[in-house]
Amino acid sequence: MDIKNKLNEIEKNSGVKFRDLAERGSRELCLGVTAEDFLKACLCLHKELDSPVRIFFAEDDTVSRGVYRLYCGFEAAKYGQWVFACLDVPKEKPVFPSLAREIFSASLFEREIYEMFGLEPVGSPDARRLRLHDEVWPAGAYPLRKDFVAGAGRGKASGRYAFKKIEGEGVFEVAVGPVHAGIIGPGHFRFSAAGEPVINLELRLGFTHRGVEKLFEGKTPAEGTRLAERVSGDSVFAHSLAFCDAVEKTAQVELPEKALYERVIFLELERMHNHVIDIGTIALDVGYSFPHAYAQVMKEYLLALNEELTGSRYLKGVCVPGGVSVDLTAQAAARLSGSVDAVMKDFAELKKMLYTNSSFMDRVETTGVLGRKIALDLGVTGPAARASGIDRDLRKDFPGVYAAAGFRAAKETAGDALARLNIRVAEFEESARLVKYFSALLKDGGPRSAGPVEPGEGSALGFCEGWRGPVLYRVRIGARGVIERCKIVDPSFNNWQGLAFAVPGNIIPDFPLCNKSFNLSYSGGDL
Amino acid sequence: MSIFINSLKKGLVTVDSACFKALDTSAAENAGKELEKLIRKQFARSFHIREVDTGSCGGCESEIISATNPIYDLQRFGVDFVASPRHADALLVTGPVSKNMELALKKTFEAMPGPKVVITLGDCAGNGGLFADSYYTLGGVKSVLPVTLHIPGCPPKPVEIIAALLRFLKNSK
Repeated sequence: MDIKNKLNEIEKNSGVKFRDLAERGSRELCLGVTAEDFLKACLCLHKELDSPVRIFFAEDDTVSRGVYRLYCGFEAAKYGQWVFACLDVPKEKPVFPSLAREIFSASLFEREIYEMFGLEPVGSPDARRLRLHDEVWPAGAYPLRKDFVAGAGRGKASGRYAFKKIEGEGVFEVAVGPVHAGIIGPGHFRFSAAGEPVINLELRLGFTHRGVEKLFEGKTPAEGTRLAERVSGDSVFAHSLAFCDAVEKTAQVELPEKALYERVIFLELERMHNHVIDIGTIALDVGYSFPHAYAQVMKEYLLALNEELTGSRYLKGVCVPGGVSVDLTAQAAARLSGSVDAVMKDFAELKKMLYTNSSFMDRVETTGVLGRKIALDLGVTGPAARASGIDRDLRKDFPGVYAAAGFRAAKETAGDALARLNIRVAEFEESARLVKYFSALLKDGGPRSAGPVEPGEGSALGFCEGWRGPVLYRVRIGARGVIERCKIVDPSFNNWQGLAFAVPGNIIPDFPLCNKSFNLSYSGGDL
Repeated sequence: MSIFINSLKKGLVTVDSACFKALDTSAAENAGKELEKLIRKQFARSFHIREVDTGSCGGCESEIISATNPIYDLQRFGVDFVASPRHADALLVTGPVSKNMELALKKTFEAMPGPKVVITLGDCAGNGGLFADSYYTLGGVKSVLPVTLHIPGCPPKPVEIIAALLRFLKNSK
């Protein structure tokens, strides 16, 4: 059955009417629905397509049509499609029916839409602001509205954030952050505990909010690529790739083979240097420092390898709209392949250090369990989801050139810190194999770019499976070829919630281990 | 245990550094040796830094951590990163200063004993970088605290961080 038939079937069974908005990039469908049908339509898509809310955002179309348009996006993995339920919200009555009570994965997105656009999710269980902290930002200033002026943010701050209160005999709170003890991003964690085990963990994030989505507006695709590279510093390539993918889809350009292969190579190299240091740091956070030192050296070599190949340790400036800026020659590819072999020898040592040490294994096994059902409800993605038995990976669901390489997605079921470690180990090895596979396909000469990209007016979803999970960019290009709206979803956004549900039941001293086994990006989530 | 002994025998890793031309640590070695002498003299062997991220993308943090890896091993020259501002001689700040971090940044600085200096690292902390025009950033650290040294880069490499610290301590004699 293809997606069209499936959607017809959903319409027939539910009585919801979909209006095809004919507003589509490749592999995406936008379906208009009425306010009365919105909740029901989203619920049907959520259940029938077997997808949490992957992306949910608003666009300001008040100038030309007098409405804000909401896009609630689902991933129809089985059909290799993205499906958006779209709702027009009139400027005069900025409210929409909340989905969060029925589909929890919509919850954070709704809070975001509320604070950024002033569109109220009616019936929402939690309407607190997420990033515009009440202590520093006034009420009624909505930065992503087109008529927002910078001065609007200078008004009197609106108040204080209301944390959840856990009450009972012997319950105490431990507040940590925003400034932490290590060299790490800022966030506030509030533990409620009675005795040793944590009863509740509440996260308050947004400390690295920089207004990234607003900054994209009015930029050219080339400028946008530079900005995308600076959204999350450890996922430079994944973010630039997803952004370029979106721009290329609006322009409907076909990429030459060499560009596609090189992009896979760099995406996998980024995965390798991040996974290896995570593996080491998981050991460090239970006090086992030797494997960490070992992994640090491996990371340094991988960064040096990046620099040798591209001139940048973190692959900045490598992905450009239309292709890649670096020409990997067959000779460079052969060296790359040899380097990966050398790294894999060390990786075997690192694995032995961890898996043969029973006191280490004892700490990671059954620690920080995230159950499959909760992970699904929260919309957890990436390695964290795969560790909890959720069989999703964009490299598998939208394979592209990965198909020919016989890509195998990692999968675990236990959902504990060990499962997340195992996933990283398996993915590191698979990435090494993919890098070698695609390096062997590189030939000298031939185009590595489709030439200058003329972005077309319209919008498209760009995506890739970064090392932390799916990175999504929904980009709308305006009449002058500049960006009108850019919605970014970093996997950290929903996965932070996963951490909050994995920690309760564990002791506070195991928090660093649980945290590291997810290793989420503050800046990616806060934008 | 056998792995540990093995590693000592073989050297830390088996990776043949000839594979990795870009990794030239001699500059770091030379700068570091000199840095160590200065720190011994001026800071009684230890120069302690508290790091605060005010909205960086994490790239600067990654390179600061890299400077402490076994290859560069910044600590052996007498520089270390401490968990509390109470133990710090210097505050190392990254990021363009998100409005949400202004108070925490000020409080961290106030919690440090004097004499103290503020060092900014990365283009964002210098002048806001690409985020200077945002509705939610203060456009760099100097709008909040007095800054003594800026280490530019996006992000600066470990060697550059070590060299910049050396230059700074030399000039502040």
